[in-house]
Amino acid sequence: MPIKSLEELKAIRASQMKKVKLRDHGESDDQQIEILIGMATCGIAAGSREVLNAFIDIIDTENLDHIKVIPVGCMGYCHSEPTVQVNIPGQEPILYGNIHPEDIQNIIHKHIENGELLDDHILIQTFQTIR
Amino acid sequence: MAKQRTHIMVCGGTGCVSSQSLEMIETLKTLIADRGYEDEVGIVKTGCFGFCGQGPIVKIHPDNVFYVQVKPENLVEIVDEHIVKGRIVNHLLYHEPTSLKQLKRHDEMHFYKKQYRIALRHCGLINPEDIFEYIAYGGYEALGTVLTDCTPEQVVANIKASGLRGRGGGGFSTGLKWELTAKSASDQKYVICNADEGDPGAFMDRSILEGDPHTIIEAMTIAGYAIGASTGIIYIRAEYPLAIHRLKVAIEQAEANGLLGDHIFGSDFCFKLQIKYGAGAFVCGEETALIHSVEGARGEPTKKPPYPAVEGYHGKPTCVNNVETFANIPPIVLKGADWFKSIGTPTSPGTKVFALAGKVNNVGLVEVPMGTTLREIIYDIGGGIVGGKAFKAVQTGGPSGGVITKTDLDTPIDYESLKAIGSMMGSGGMIVMDEDDCMVNIAKFYLEFTQDESCGKCTPCRIGTKRMYEILTKITEGEGTREDIRKLKTLGQMIKDSALCGLGQTAPNPVLSTLHYFADEYDAHIDAKHCPAGACKALSKYAIDPEKCIGCTACARVCPVQCITGQPKMRHTIDAAKCITCGACYTACKFDAVIRP
Repeated sequence: MPIKSLEELKAIRASQMKKVKLRDHGESDDQQIEILIGMATCGIAAGSREVLNAFIDIIDTENLDHIKVIPVGCMGYCHSEPTVQVNIPGQEPILYGNIHPEDIQNIIHKHIENGELLDDHILIQTFQTIR
Repeated sequence: MAKQRTHIMVCGGTGCVSSQSLEMIETLKTLIADRGYEDEVGIVKTGCFGFCGQGPIVKIHPDNVFYVQVKPENLVEIVDEHIVKGRIVNHLLYHEPTSLKQLKRHDEMHFYKKQYRIALRHCGLINPEDIFEYIAYGGYEALGTVLTDCTPEQVVANIKASGLRGRGGGGFSTGLKWELTAKSASDQKYVICNADEGDPGAFMDRSILEGDPHTIIEAMTIAGYAIGASTGIIYIRAEYPLAIHRLKVAIEQAEANGLLGDHIFGSDFCFKLQIKYGAGAFVCGEETALIHSVEGARGEPTKKPPYPAVEGYHGKPTCVNNVETFANIPPIVLKGADWFKSIGTPTSPGTKVFALAGKVNNVGLVEVPMGTTLREIIYDIGGGIVGGKAFKAVQTGGPSGGVITKTDLDTPIDYESLKAIGSMMGSGGMIVMDEDDCMVNIAKFYLEFTQDESCGKCTPCRIGTKRMYEILTKITEGEGTREDIRKLKTLGQMIKDSALCGLGQTAPNPVLSTLHYFADEYDAHIDAKHCPAGACKALSKYAIDPEKCIGCTACARVCPVQCITGQPKMRHTIDAAKCITCGACYTACKFDAVIRP
């Protein structure tokens, strides 16, 4: 289909942006919220892949450009898989356990948007990591 | 379209393709599909990342992890560990050569930290064979804006105000060239893209065409509108098959989407593009020779004036610009001339892509703002000299440029400053040399190239470069005399003054600049018949250190011409007259007793 005007081009651009959004890392890291998902064997067995895809779905449908989902290895809390860590710039990272696809709306809307933590899922960090 | 959570970017530039990156893309696809992740993970073939010395490169988004020197046998590990389980494969990460630190992300690497990418902005970021990825990053918006909101005069004025200068070597103002072509009245005008990258060691034009072909199409169309041309020709050497293929795909896609052809963006402007292959002659980078070659005639330059802007292809006004120059056009149109002028130096705004090669740790394509110093490029971005050896010189501008020594390492690079120290910008080849490189030999290498590439039309270049080459050969073989130095200087100056085109006028530069900065090396070759760097075979003789030799006979046994004599457990000697300087004794000696010339 020939593009007949600048407006048409911009419309096409808008529809294509989602496809390449994964590759953008923003001008400044302080805007970017990271969601880390434990994707080791224990996590996958407990359903972390479904959790990850559910995050991707919500972010896509609601155009939450500032949230980035990163699969990571085992976080050490195999008893509470799937585990999800939310890193908001300037705040302490929050680690959640036993997260299932139905909890994701709450993480996005309650925690990230309104700052309300999901008390039932919080895991207390019991160790320190070297930097 | 399925929603993807990860993109695996695999470099599809020529460098990485030659290390099997295309096969690796296929393997990755099968591996991902076998594990049932084909809906969640996308595999993208991109253009060149620029870090060719570390290829093949695989980058994972959104984690932003940069894997280097990936081999087909590493792919299972990447997929099973990183993609499925989120664990980074540490041994494939890049190790900083100086600190030996392992770096995960490309923006932590010194190689990328100091770079500012305008011309290479999409290389390694998009799939060059997908027009929609280009559009997603703002592609064709510059063209749309120009055709909707600007008159051709405004476009020319904007480019002129930006101060953009030709990136192919000469550094002529692009805006002025466009203005001159626009002012020439004619029924037909042409835009030609010079993709005949002939400078040995430079490959930025190829990388741009391979990694971001649409940007060239867009810029040429803008140029066509600005100067009033309806036809564009891309003159590209047939030695760039991958670039040609991607250009063809890009042109087809642009035509299918109405971005090339009739009534672009619903305006009255029509523009068509064709590709013309060159046979890869250095002289065809000169614009008049290039135009003759496009016409189907011999690639020989003609005298200027008339300039192509007045009388070019088929006698019609023609605007010839280099690939890298064109790659700067869309960002200038979108972001404005003031933005462009804020980068670089006052006389040379913007950035320049350099092909960093030779004895430097990080070999590859780097784009830096004008005014960056050579030290920053070689030591910060390039990671220093291989093996920690001493830096001797850097050759910029290829066979047309000259050497730059240690004393000028802190010169901010732009067109004028390079000229002032006896070199030139050229197309951006940058070859780093260390203590083992002989400057006479280097000058000879470049003269061998230019005398071979001389088209033969004018006498100074045809015969002069040949004579210079012969004199240099004589010197490197130990037959040189003091008179030869004087001859080289006179001849060099004469060729510079009288040759017809840029090729001849700049051909003596490597000789004149090495004569200027490394006169002592020439003297050593002539007076002492000795090559200080040990690179000239005829002058380098091996010797044995009597203090260190224990008479183990290892050297005598490996010598192919039996020029080493000595009894076992007694010290050995080398007969310099018979020595063919093969270096076998040097390798064989376990006691460091053989002295390398």
